[in-house]
Amino acid sequence: MLQARSQIRPFSSLGKAAGDFIRKLGSMALFFGEGFCKIFRRKQVREIINQVFYIGAKSTNIVMLIGLFTGMVLGLQLYYTLIKFGSEGVLGSVISLSIIRELGPVLTAIMITARAGSAMAAEIGILRISEQIDALYTMRIDPVRYIVSPRLAAAIISFPLLTAFFDLIGIIGGYLTGVLLLGVNEGAYFYRVQSYLDMVDIRGGFLKSLVFAVLVATICCYQGFFTHLRTDSFGAKSVSLSTTSAVVMSCVMILVSDYVVTSFLM
Amino acid sequence: MDAPLIEFRDVTKRFGDRTILDRISLKIYENQITTIIGKSGTGKSVLLKHIIGLLEPDEGTILFRGRPVREMGKGEWDVYRSQVSYMFQNNALFDSLSVFDNIALPLRQTTNLRKREVMRKVMTRIQQTELTDVARKYPSELSGGMQKRVALARALVTDPKIVLFDEPTTGQDPIRKNIILGMIAHYRRIFGFTAVLISHDIPDVFFIADRIILLWEGKAAFEGTYEESTQLDHPMIDEFLHSLEGFQDELTGLLSKQVFKNRYTVTLQKGKLDTTISAILFTVDFDLVAELFDAPVFEILKIMGENINDYFGPLGGFSARHQRNQLLTILPHITLADAQSLLDTFAQRLREKAFADIQAVIRSRMGADVCLNLSVKAGIIEGKSTDDIDTIIAMAETSQKTVAVYRCDQGGEA
Repeated sequence: MLQARSQIRPFSSLGKAAGDFIRKLGSMALFFGEGFCKIFRRKQVREIINQVFYIGAKSTNIVMLIGLFTGMVLGLQLYYTLIKFGSEGVLGSVISLSIIRELGPVLTAIMITARAGSAMAAEIGILRISEQIDALYTMRIDPVRYIVSPRLAAAIISFPLLTAFFDLIGIIGGYLTGVLLLGVNEGAYFYRVQSYLDMVDIRGGFLKSLVFAVLVATICCYQGFFTHLRTDSFGAKSVSLSTTSAVVMSCVMILVSDYVVTSFLM
Repeated sequence: MDAPLIEFRDVTKRFGDRTILDRISLKIYENQITTIIGKSGTGKSVLLKHIIGLLEPDEGTILFRGRPVREMGKGEWDVYRSQVSYMFQNNALFDSLSVFDNIALPLRQTTNLRKREVMRKVMTRIQQTELTDVARKYPSELSGGMQKRVALARALVTDPKIVLFDEPTTGQDPIRKNIILGMIAHYRRIFGFTAVLISHDIPDVFFIADRIILLWEGKAAFEGTYEESTQLDHPMIDEFLHSLEGFQDELTGLLSKQVFKNRYTVTLQKGKLDTTISAILFTVDFDLVAELFDAPVFEILKIMGENINDYFGPLGGFSARHQRNQLLTILPHITLADAQSLLDTFAQRLREKAFADIQAVIRSRMGADVCLNLSVKAGIIEGKSTDDIDTIIAMAETSQKTVAVYRCDQGGEA
């Protein structure tokens, strides 16, 4: 009997972990739902603008820099691959499709996660452990409305805009290496960009960026907001672990959801 | 006694295996200052958090005006919450917001007041808590005491009906402690709110407390007035109250009320019977301007206490602060005539020395253009050491006459 129990134990712990994971997903979904609904409450505009400035405007430079070098390195790599098949003329279309469909939304989301997502989790975590969230409650200020909703709204606004910047600068980066450095015909480059790019590609890219915005903002806010419920650590340590979890989980979810969304779009 | 405003009935709260509140029952009455005392970790803050709804009891019921809060609908609960304000032990200020914005936050987020009205209300609280110079600074740029005052200003800015103070005077110097306690008592009188206060500042807190609740091993070991608490035979009372022998009132430097009474009993009543004593009860009356300036008022009381101690101490007298602005001196073995003569000399000393110090405080703390008048009244009574001290105080109070007046328009001379 005992032997049978010990054989079952690995499955029971696996089942428990799976159960916890599903519970957490459900809890995050409810958290997002509550935060999203409260975006439309009054007195939110100013805070949303503040957050758009922080998450969006302040991330513009880094996103554009990454976009430029991503486009440039793509230009280099694809030129030397395509030239083997004598088809370097399609460089513009390959770069633009790769960036708009895939690299733009994914890399932008990862960059914002690193820059603003980690800050969201850490800031909210500190608000939690220093009882500032409790203080909001005692002042009859809904903490989800005041803290989470503006960040969700700002992410939903900022992610597609920053993705558009990334896409534009990435295509320019490809132009710099492909046309100016390696001598691809300028007219052919832009003609291919225009002719091979459909609206459905652009829509797909923006849809992905919206999905990533929701995931990143929800995960980062959730991790910070429930820092105090961590059982593995307390105080400042719990904030640091929550921030790490937020970034890691966001990056994983970006890539997993990228596959899921792409498979639906194809 | 009236029906309680808030009542705990057999409330139990556990965190894991630890039982913090163990079937605790207590009552908090309207328009009173109730002070909760007890050792660290006995659940005082947990108790306050139950009142505001930050924590829910595992068992038992909390009633507001006789109605269980758990049974309240959303609207009713919201109305209840709008009447309660909470001042956190660690202040819980928003470090990314300035002092002004911290205080304005509840008004901006929960009311529809115009910008100008918010500004007016916030600035009033800022002035009352002497934070005008730091209104644009951030909490991290302030001292611990200033942060405490910001938290206090924020707790009072919405004009709440019930204010829960979680150790509001921790980390303050004696003058600030008395300012904060005085402010709580003052605003309670003006706005008529109910205050529930956690404090370790004994004896200061007893000057303003109407009722005391003593937490002991998760239960309310005592509920009642300060006077009743001194009669209680309980180990915690021994630790908290009877161990105050060496304590002085931090503000005035005089004996604490408890120590004063003990000394009166031990040195006079248990010694020679029928020893003649004289009691002088001083009252310092301020004019209305003083209501705006708490700090100088307490500094003036401090000067008075020091002068009384310096003058009557060497003559064998011992003194205590009786009320917020009353100081009592007992002169053993001194007759009424001698006491009157001593008082006349003391009044002269007040006019010559103490008033100069008071003038300096007024000018430095309130500004040269502020005119503050005050008068010192004194009542003398002769009695026997077997007389009840409260009777002596009451009789001294009825015989009070003005012995010195400070008038600002005469440069302090009067």
